[in-house]
Amino acid sequence: MAVLEVKNIGKHFGSTKVLDDVSFDLDEGNALAIIGSSGSGKTTLLRCLNFLEMPDHGSITVRGDVLFDADGSVKGLEKDLRTKRLHFGMVFQAFHLFPQYTALENVTLAEKLLAKERSDFKQNRKQIFEEIEAHGKALLEQMGLAERMEHYPHQLSGGQQQRVAIARALALKPDILCFDEPTSALDPELTGEVLKVIRGLAEQRTTMIIVTHEMAFARDVADRIIFMDEGVIVEQGDPRQVIDHPREERTKQFLTKY
Amino acid sequence: MFYSVTQALLDGLLTTFQIFIFTLLFSLPLGLVLAFGEISRWKVLRGLIQTLVWIIRGTPLMLQLIIIFYGPGLWLGHNIWSGSEAGRITATVVAFSINYACYFSVIFRGGIEGVPVGQREAGEVLGMTKSQIFFKVTLLQMVKRVVPPMSNEIITLVKDTSLARIIAAYELTFAGYSFMKSDGLTWPLFYTGVFYLVFVGILTLLFNYIERRLDYFR
Repeated sequence: MAVLEVKNIGKHFGSTKVLDDVSFDLDEGNALAIIGSSGSGKTTLLRCLNFLEMPDHGSITVRGDVLFDADGSVKGLEKDLRTKRLHFGMVFQAFHLFPQYTALENVTLAEKLLAKERSDFKQNRKQIFEEIEAHGKALLEQMGLAERMEHYPHQLSGGQQQRVAIARALALKPDILCFDEPTSALDPELTGEVLKVIRGLAEQRTTMIIVTHEMAFARDVADRIIFMDEGVIVEQGDPRQVIDHPREERTKQFLTKY
Repeated sequence: MFYSVTQALLDGLLTTFQIFIFTLLFSLPLGLVLAFGEISRWKVLRGLIQTLVWIIRGTPLMLQLIIIFYGPGLWLGHNIWSGSEAGRITATVVAFSINYACYFSVIFRGGIEGVPVGQREAGEVLGMTKSQIFFKVTLLQMVKRVVPPMSNEIITLVKDTSLARIIAAYELTFAGYSFMKSDGLTWPLFYTGVFYLVFVGILTLLFNYIERRLDYFR
């Protein structure tokens, strides 16, 4: 069964239609790549999934649970928004690490704040925090940052910062991890280390949506691929098929640039 | 003579210090409220606050002080400030608090708007509440941005307290000046300057300390 079902998502900014009737499914353990030129709506789509934007139309369902339905009864209510957001993790193009916290604190902050809402928090405070710390350290080690845990973001390279951001997103164990052009803000020599980490996550069958301009990477790592243009899905399918033998004229035109 | 001048200047310093500390105490929170008003979605409120800031920043503090001290007495027929030293200090603190709150509000607004939107969004996608995002993520970044311009304003405030002389509040400058008037002495004026320098010097050390404490992140 699909972990994520996105149906007929539409979004306007003023009179500009940014997303139009976007529908797709994502299966457990699959990686979905979304490609397309700037302004095609890829980032807005991810922002809708994380409820940073509210879609005007359509529905978002995770594991059979309707999180959002613009035309039905499940609207984006402020009080449920927090729990709904936790189904998704988000890795931003510009990292957005919290500058006043170390790498480890960045990874553990949200988990610690959430733990305060647990009923057994008062009795087990120390133990809970130790577990969270251990979890955070394990994640940073997995990202190859064992030596950098106590560093502040400005002391890290772009690639290291983005890997901390990935660990931070993973810390809350989201059902679906979203990447918004994770290597676009990096110097070319630093993209490799971040792509390697994402590839590792794909090999562990992490459910992911990756918005990217790295065609070779998308072709290699993704189980499915979506090509978007002007707010609509033009073509979707097996990445090799879409990239090597695109059917649509617009896809062909876009791919000639790579 | 040196002893009596010192005594008089210390008296003046006490008034100066009272004006300084109470003005800060009232203008800092008021400035924050005005800053939130300035970025509010409610256009009428925004307009009102912008007009207030324009009027207060656009006219001399001395003029505002004169109006606030003498105005009520002339309009209402009885003075709301007692003629005592305490009344004069209170009127000064009221005028200064309004004036400085307007300047602070602009600095605070810059601090709030200077924190990138991405910081708030990163907090949101991590399931943080609005107050958690404010206190755990944006507040400290705001403070860091605001310290250098605030230190400028606060140092200016130390010296602006001398304006209270215009409504005959016996502050530091008044104290030093009185010896020139009565005894024709000029050295107490320089001695007065030393008092200000020490006052500002201590503040400068304090601000340097705060900036250094916030230096660990960028």
